[in-house]
Amino acid sequence: MSSQALVEIRDVNFAYDSRPILKGVNLTFPKGKVIAVMGGSGCGKTTLLQLIGGALRPSSGYVKVDGQVIHELDHKGLYLMRRRMGMLFQFGALFTDMSVYDNVAFQMREHTDLPEEIIRDLVLMKLNAVGLRGSHHLMPAELSGGMARRVALARTVALDPMLIMYDEPFAGLDPISLTVVGNLIRRLNDALGATSVVVTHDVQESLKIVDYIYFIADGVVVAEGTPAEISSSDKPFVHQFVHGEMDGPVPFHYPCGDYWQDLNLRPWR
Amino acid sequence: MTIVEHLRSLGHRIVNAVWRIGYTSRFFLLILLYSGISFRRFHLTIKELFSSGVMSLIIILVAGLFVGMVLGLQGYETLKRYGAESALGSLVALSLVRELGPVLAALLFASRAGSAMTAEIGLMKATEQISAMEMMAINPIARVVAPRFWAGVISVPLLSALFSAMGVFGGYVVGVVLIGVDQGSFWSQMQAGVDFQHDIVNGIIKSFVFGVAVTAIALFEGYDAPPTAEGVSGATTRTVVESSLTILFLDFILTAFMFQGE
Repeated sequence: MSSQALVEIRDVNFAYDSRPILKGVNLTFPKGKVIAVMGGSGCGKTTLLQLIGGALRPSSGYVKVDGQVIHELDHKGLYLMRRRMGMLFQFGALFTDMSVYDNVAFQMREHTDLPEEIIRDLVLMKLNAVGLRGSHHLMPAELSGGMARRVALARTVALDPMLIMYDEPFAGLDPISLTVVGNLIRRLNDALGATSVVVTHDVQESLKIVDYIYFIADGVVVAEGTPAEISSSDKPFVHQFVHGEMDGPVPFHYPCGDYWQDLNLRPWR
Repeated sequence: MTIVEHLRSLGHRIVNAVWRIGYTSRFFLLILLYSGISFRRFHLTIKELFSSGVMSLIIILVAGLFVGMVLGLQGYETLKRYGAESALGSLVALSLVRELGPVLAALLFASRAGSAMTAEIGLMKATEQISAMEMMAINPIARVVAPRFWAGVISVPLLSALFSAMGVFGGYVVGVVLIGVDQGSFWSQMQAGVDFQHDIVNGIIKSFVFGVAVTAIALFEGYDAPPTAEGVSGATTRTVVESSLTILFLDFILTAFMFQGE
């Protein structure tokens, strides 16, 4: 990955109380690329997004976005930085008291002085890009899961952000919606010239659309590479994750004592 | 449990309570600090005025009517013993304007609108709408909490006034129309007995204070609610309980200051 880095994460440690989540991770997200961050549940993927967005502060190390250390920014500086970021939440997080149109227009009305006619055109363009221009009058409760995710995507890119973060964008989607959302992530990133960070479990869909993949386990980066490198990797963790194997470096059983002893039995000899 | 464990548990509760008071105070100060948007973009506050104030009108008006009617009945029965039925208007009006109007309107507001505010904000938090707003560089306290706060502060005195007006009407219906108290003495006694500065203004001050307390509690509980179904339901219950006790406590304090030594 030779392009100039938009996001640099260096020696970042983070813990919730005394429970360490990230242990000295180093990641680089170059400009214009779609990067996937993968790993099992609770491995710290979403925490990583929160550190990039400035919602959390690292215990040590730093996260730099576009040359600025996020945790050193004051409240105003952080909000200025966030205006240049977009984040798609796991289940969309659409504002339930607003229509699809108003959801997409929300940031434009809050952050710009654009006249309503121009906002209308921009909203319809964003909705058209995700294939939902015809749904602008609907309320979030009237949308399917896949549609809600696409509306949220349109809202995320409303102000053409330089960095787009996706928190489990494929969770709970049917195969068609999954392919649609996957393609949109790639197309929107390329059309906007943005950089995208996709936190996901979905290996197969991610391998199709991303440029580079990081694997996180037990708070550290255990593997990284292009989709081709990851697919052919013989590292046990990556192999288990990519092929969805039940047992391996990530064990099937939660640590416990001897089974026979727990059942007060002796194994047959 | 040993004595040490009891002491530790007690200390933990006290520390938690003090921490919570500090957190609530900070939250309240932040609401005041970020209130500018509620007035610059007053349509945000008007929208909340509709959902918390206007939508509470029915329960306030109906409750006010019945409370006034009960006051008319009970007041007449008591005053008759002393041959002072003509003072019924004064009794009904003073009871409502000084005490029952502000207190009952605020209690009803806490149950109807306060609980709704808590549930709404708690659910916004649980469904990551609050986090989404923060990631969009929009301050949720300024955009979501402050307009609701000022809507509550404006609504409670107005609802309280309507409660009292409806109560006076209820007292009139029972006392004058049904029982037959003289209409002229009902109104003239009321006019003579109620002092604008001493009774009405103090009643408005009371309802303003209750409005601040109830709305701040409701918003804080919603904002602080754990993002789960159980967390939101617990926060809604706490809003009603804490608001009710706070209203009654503040009523005692305010009454002691306002009407002491009459």
